[in-house]
Amino acid sequence: MPDPMRSYLDFEKPVAELDSKIDELRALADAGSNIGEEIAKIEEKALQALSELYAALTPWQKTQVARHPQRPHCVDYIQGLITDFTPLAGDRKFGEDEALIAGFGRFRGESVCVLGQEKGFSTETRLKHNFGMARPEGYRKAVRLMEMADRFGIPVLSLVDTAGAYPGIGAEERGQAEAIARSTDACLQLGVINVAVVIGEGGSGGAIAIATANKVLMLEHAIYSVISPEAASSILWRDSAKAQEAATSMKITAQDLMKFGIIDQILPEPRGGAHRDPATMITKTGDAIAKAFDDLRGLDADEIRAQRRQKFLEIGRKLGA
Amino acid sequence: MNWLTNVVRPKIRNMLRRETPENLWIKCPDSGHLVFYKDVEANQFVIPGSNYHMRMGAVARLKSLFDNETWYDIALPEVTPDPLKFRDERRYVDRIKDARAKTGLHDAVKVGYGKLENFPVVIAVQDFDFMGGSLGMAAGEAIIRGIELALEKRSPFILFAASGGARMQEGILSLMQMPRTTVAVQMLRDAKLPYIVVLTNPTTGGVTASYAMLGDVHIAEPGALIGFAGARVIEQTIREKLPEGFQRAEYLRDHGMVDMVVHRHDLRPTLARLCRLLTKAPAIDAVTDAAACEPVEQPEPVAAEQPVAAATPPAAEPPPAAAPQA
Repeated sequence: MPDPMRSYLDFEKPVAELDSKIDELRALADAGSNIGEEIAKIEEKALQALSELYAALTPWQKTQVARHPQRPHCVDYIQGLITDFTPLAGDRKFGEDEALIAGFGRFRGESVCVLGQEKGFSTETRLKHNFGMARPEGYRKAVRLMEMADRFGIPVLSLVDTAGAYPGIGAEERGQAEAIARSTDACLQLGVINVAVVIGEGGSGGAIAIATANKVLMLEHAIYSVISPEAASSILWRDSAKAQEAATSMKITAQDLMKFGIIDQILPEPRGGAHRDPATMITKTGDAIAKAFDDLRGLDADEIRAQRRQKFLEIGRKLGA
Repeated sequence: MNWLTNVVRPKIRNMLRRETPENLWIKCPDSGHLVFYKDVEANQFVIPGSNYHMRMGAVARLKSLFDNETWYDIALPEVTPDPLKFRDERRYVDRIKDARAKTGLHDAVKVGYGKLENFPVVIAVQDFDFMGGSLGMAAGEAIIRGIELALEKRSPFILFAASGGARMQEGILSLMQMPRTTVAVQMLRDAKLPYIVVLTNPTTGGVTASYAMLGDVHIAEPGALIGFAGARVIEQTIREKLPEGFQRAEYLRDHGMVDMVVHRHDLRPTLARLCRLLTKAPAIDAVTDAAACEPVEQPEPVAAEQPVAAATPPAAEPPPAAAPQA
């Protein structure tokens, strides 16, 4: 049965049409007509269309996929991959920020520190998590947990999904910039392995604050950018309607970032995007995380720090070569 | 503006540049009074009377700090130009060309090594006139190079920040300058060398959210706009008016983000005092005349495979005999 909750993105119209045709035929089949073969044929066609569509997504289309409301979020990955998850709250300075989830749990049996932005999935949860836009308290909580993880020798996993850090009076008052800077600083200071996965949207400083990792993985249709295409279009083109063009020019896709040597691995998504098969996506992401941790196993604290520092210092130095 | 400035290519336009600015008189943005430009320039770009701190170019800044207005211009690494092949309303390469012609700088950050009240320091200055002081690959490398030099010389590193944030035309590569410069700051910290940041008008975005907020000491110039998000973005997000003095230097001091707000005329002695205190060097008064005459050691030349990017090659002779870099 097709999911009645399924929503289609604008560019998925051809697939939506085929899907609704299948629904109609199914209804007829239920009524007694013998059209099973016909249905199978159209289903095949719909899958084909979906594959072709997703093999050639434009950067702007990827932006929409990366922000898809049904795309698996931080909480879904935690639920699927982390057992004994124990969230911890507060930065011990001012408050708690639920935009950034932080806690300890077990990943495949072993202790891990998990950090991640959660955008929320309903009006209520979106408000609770502030749409995944963290305030200084979120980053300071991340720093607190990273320092703890470092002390206890526990690796850190970051799940990145944010439009950016929250721009507000309170956030500025309490030093949003300093909080982000300190969080990036804490990532680079870790004597334990950290792995970051850009699962949806890697939005600027708000993302890099927890994504400065030994290994950075990125989902096939995720985006990672210095500024959102919308903001870039209104600043650089002075025209908020140029977001599509900005998305292309800014080179924000996983494929672009791989080429620039900024990410270490692209995680392929199921046919039609992660939101069409979250369970498979989460399992595969788990496998990739396990491998990334394994690859770095055996390094001591100094080597881990040196690898991370070197990796970031090298970025951009060999572009011409 | 005439037809010539519109059609002539930037390089040639640069040759035609007049020594004196087009406006002999400028209006103080604070008081609205008209003041003679030369007076402002002579006053380190602080408007006499209103004390409004105007923006200061990188060269003027270095001149105002180093003893005898003399220092070594540090050769900076060349970076891959225009990695994204970016164009918005104009091509990025053209914007860069214009910025170079306008400022005479190679990119937004200039690094100098010399003496500040007879104490050797490395000073990096971000020039807002060069594409809003934006942090791109070249600026990132310049800051890293400046810090490496401070490590070699075992001297403090002083950074003058002025920037709208990351250079959007370099996309994700500009974002990566945030962790990259942070690595350099950590090296300074590991070597136990002081890192002093002077926040000038304006310092925002990715610059504030990385090296500019990681100093051992944060100094701000009076009235400087310092923040993460731009005022317009915040107003659009929260749909209310921002409070008076929001994101100004004094506001940041009151909120614990800045150690002190220092008038431009007092920066030199303040920086020198801090450098000496933090390195446990003797106070300036205790320094003997003999030591005062000791020139700074010339920095090592940049490795041959790295083409130099500095507009002026390092002076052959040590200061104070060296020609002033102007």
